[in-house]
Amino acid sequence: LICCYSKPKTKRAKRFLEKREPKLKENTKNAMLIKGGNANLTVTEVLKDIYAVKKPFAVLYKKKNITRPFEDQTSLEFFSKKSDCSLFLFGSHNKKRPNNLIIGRMFDYHVLDMIELGIEKFVSLKDVKNSKCPEGTKPMLIFAGDTFEVNEEYRRLKSLLIDFFRGPSVPSIRLAGLEYVLHFTAVDGKIYMRSYKVLLKKSGCKIPRIELEEMGPSLDLVMRRTHLASDDLYKLSLKQPKALK
Amino acid sequence: VARLPEPAFRLPREKPPPKPRPPTRWEQFARLKGIRRRKRTSLVWDEQAKEWRRRWGYRRAGGDPARAWLAEVPAGADPEEDQFARLRREKRERVARNELNRLRNLARAHRAGTAVPAAPLHPTGHQSRDELSHVARVARVSTASLGRFQPRLPKESAEPPSRSGGKKRRFEPLLGNLAAERSRQLALLQDMGRKKPVLDITRAVNKQLRQEEAEAAAAKGKKQSQRGKRGRRQQRTGRSSKKSGARRQQQQQRPAGSG
Repeated sequence: LICCYSKPKTKRAKRFLEKREPKLKENTKNAMLIKGGNANLTVTEVLKDIYAVKKPFAVLYKKKNITRPFEDQTSLEFFSKKSDCSLFLFGSHNKKRPNNLIIGRMFDYHVLDMIELGIEKFVSLKDVKNSKCPEGTKPMLIFAGDTFEVNEEYRRLKSLLIDFFRGPSVPSIRLAGLEYVLHFTAVDGKIYMRSYKVLLKKSGCKIPRIELEEMGPSLDLVMRRTHLASDDLYKLSLKQPKALK
Repeated sequence: VARLPEPAFRLPREKPPPKPRPPTRWEQFARLKGIRRRKRTSLVWDEQAKEWRRRWGYRRAGGDPARAWLAEVPAGADPEEDQFARLRREKRERVARNELNRLRNLARAHRAGTAVPAAPLHPTGHQSRDELSHVARVARVSTASLGRFQPRLPKESAEPPSRSGGKKRRFEPLLGNLAAERSRQLALLQDMGRKKPVLDITRAVNKQLRQEEAEAAAAKGKKQSQRGKRGRRQQRTGRSSKKSGARRQQQQQRPAGSG
């Protein structure tokens, strides 16, 4: 335990530090949603919607942070260390890169992968007028399009998106609680994200009839720059301790 | 409720996996003996109060130990001894021993974590002479008596290990050789009483060499100052390597000649 500044003097502090130290079975990854120097309405709305989807495993920072993640990663790493978040979503807007969203993850509080996406079209939660599913529902993720298997960058993006939206990993799940579906399609160099609510309708037999109703944020994204981790760093991050196997 | 299958898609970890800490002394012993941890019940039946009380803490079974008004004198104990004081002292000792063992376990774990593995000996055929001699020396000294009764290897030199253990200064024992002490003290008095200074051959030689160097430098400097900075720089580096070698050789030769 505890190498850093001083030994914890209270049990509460000790528990706080124990929660953050490396463990065999890790905690659910937290995400931090940060606004860049010049964040416009679209980007702010996107961040707020993603926060709503990812609650309670997300932190939405209210103030604007003037940094450029692709040039300097120290401020992101500092935030990650302070709030113990290993996923981040950084939104910004400028003339060269309008409606910019950088999605990334960390390993050991250092940036592992970063992918820059541009928002072409966005429909927020508020605009779609129907009932939503409760907060904290574990979504089902569907990836359509063979680009996600073929292209290296798209493969990393798929892994990143799974990491981001997975939520807590559980051994068993209540079937009635499977309400939320996130559908990603990669077509023509664009990535379409749609969210649906699962409605279980009465049918003749035991298995209910499933209907998908569009709800929630829908995004049209374009892949811009990427900063992917080198192969050996990625392999190092994938390493699982022997005790788990 | 449905049981989800094991995740097939491997995702990277958040932090590197924790390093396994070495088992404590008790854990090693328990593994040897096959002792397993028995989960204790949190409540114990108290006969006197006729109810389930907790094992320790507020209102524990067996009453508050601070209010124990009776301490029996054990069979073989001294009748004058204060039993309450003895119980308190023993408790303090137990707590201190527990704390000591806990710190020892921590230190062991920390040492194991930061231990630098010894540089491995190369496989056969690639060892250097120094490597082998070093390893042989370490092996000889790694006995209980630090290699004092260790037989020498066939081709090893008969050099006894330094009794001082590598310390540079040696101090003679206080009450040892009286004759040697006497002669040493008399020599010291002689040196102090001498009028003329003593000639130290090594220092004299070094001084002479330095003087010669300075003269040569002065002479060369006059010549090179016309050529410029570049010449002086080259000449300086060349000079230091040659002359220092000569000085060292002189130093080694002279003491051999004088002694």
